[in-house]
Amino acid sequence: MSDVELQPAARPPAVLIEGLHKSFGKLEVLRGIDLAVDQHEVVCLIGASGSGKSTLLRCVNLLEPIDAGRITLEGVEISRRGVDVNRIRRRIGIVFQSFNLFPHMSVLDNVTLAPRRVQHLPARQADAEASELLTRFGLADKRDEFPDRLSGGQQQRVAIVRALAMHPDLLLLDEITSALDPELVAEVLGVVRELATGGMTMLIATHEMGFARDVASRVCFLDAGRILEQGPPDRIFREPSEARTRQFLDRVIAAGRMS
Amino acid sequence: MAGLLNGPGDSGELIGTRDPTGPRLIHERGESAVRSTLIAVVSTAVFLGVVGWIVVNSPGWPAVQRSFFNGQVFAESWPVIVRAFWINVQLFLIAEVLILALGLVLAVLRSVPGPVFFPVRALATIYVDVFRALPGLLVVYILGFGIPGLGLAGVPVDPFVYAVLALTLIYSAYVSEVYRAGIDSVHPSQEAAARSLGLTRFQALRHVILPQAVRRVVPPLLNDFIGLQKDTVLVSYIGVVEIFRQSQIRSAATFNFTPYLVTAIVFIVVTIPLARLTDVLVARDRRRGAASAR
Repeated sequence: MSDVELQPAARPPAVLIEGLHKSFGKLEVLRGIDLAVDQHEVVCLIGASGSGKSTLLRCVNLLEPIDAGRITLEGVEISRRGVDVNRIRRRIGIVFQSFNLFPHMSVLDNVTLAPRRVQHLPARQADAEASELLTRFGLADKRDEFPDRLSGGQQQRVAIVRALAMHPDLLLLDEITSALDPELVAEVLGVVRELATGGMTMLIATHEMGFARDVASRVCFLDAGRILEQGPPDRIFREPSEARTRQFLDRVIAAGRMS
Repeated sequence: MAGLLNGPGDSGELIGTRDPTGPRLIHERGESAVRSTLIAVVSTAVFLGVVGWIVVNSPGWPAVQRSFFNGQVFAESWPVIVRAFWINVQLFLIAEVLILALGLVLAVLRSVPGPVFFPVRALATIYVDVFRALPGLLVVYILGFGIPGLGLAGVPVDPFVYAVLALTLIYSAYVSEVYRAGIDSVHPSQEAAARSLGLTRFQALRHVILPQAVRRVVPPLLNDFIGLQKDTVLVSYIGVVEIFRQSQIRSAATFNFTPYLVTAIVFIVVTIPLARLTDVLVARDRRRGAASAR
């Protein structure tokens, strides 16, 4: 994306979230989230189901309107009224738990739809770029298949490629392995590791603690709509300072989700 | 006939072999499959034979035959009636194109979100409510007699025009509801995925939601198309000499009902293949749905 920065403060954070509140009716899902993700940083959100991880990601991508607070993307506030959401969403990729590929389109068309319709790339160029990405992620031979002919792992990799085709500044991953059979999880996480190595800025909601420990530069534990504690993965997983974090991790270990 | 054999309502005893769920499990060997087909054919023939014998030998049969099954009247009237049916074909083909377009526009207008578009949604809703409420014949009458009766300059006088217009107004209301059901059946996550890539609401509708929605509602759309074909006879009331008017004319000229029988046969011949096609599409959809279910 960009050159390595000599002065850390030269660029604003990729995304800055301040005092974010979000309710669905009476249910308060996010209760004051403050979070900054720096360029090339990989931040993992962990926490029980219902702690607000997915909602936070959907708010950042402006798929959910927020009730209070501010979201700033590379120094520009995107949570204001009247911003061009379509323009902003091009810069933020999101991959969903349930893949959400377009079932009536081939893999190639899934990937090239946005480049062609949103960025107005000529079809030939969009196809070439998509093919290159598909090849890079081992999907070259699936180019012309339809999603229902692919395994869950392949579908999710296509979904990642679809998001990458827009060259996003920030990638949001919303529990992307939760709907997969266990033996398919590794191939998808492998892709994410590769992206992390390549310097992609990512905000990841995940239940895969082993993966979070490997890939994250920082781990945030969400509890009841707040970030209860955050820090480098080694510290969070080995010596969490909050009792609730410890409880959560104990439960996760008991469930066999962390090696 | 093949679709009939496969139909869910058919009894396994009578038809036997083609039902994919029942008898095949029992008659697994090919030999007995042939045997049960044979039994089915024979029993059907016997059944029809008995029914036919009873009908033909009942006391009122000669009168019925004279009135409905007059061979000479049949031979004389069918070329004229089939030719008149060409008008109906033109009517329903032209109207169907307009209906599919207008119905889609209405469905989309009814799902435009936001308070600014309330009047648009309201108008589209009123349109659909009104034209579903009115009896078709009433719309045909009001347009076909009422508008030319105004004597305004530049208003067409050809009743065919009003026939197409009336059928389009009535059926587009129904068809828009079919489309709307299709649009609603596409999971919201599809729109979220499209919007998250930066597509506008309209682009998401155009490229992601509508293609899936329309595919799902092809069977009910075909159903409405069958209804439209039959309702083309309504326009006989405003002076379009189509199949029903022509059979009335023939019937009056011959003092015989056989021309109506000809008309009935024409509609059956045209409609039944479409009904079977609808069945096939529904079955295919069900299979596909089962295949892609996760």
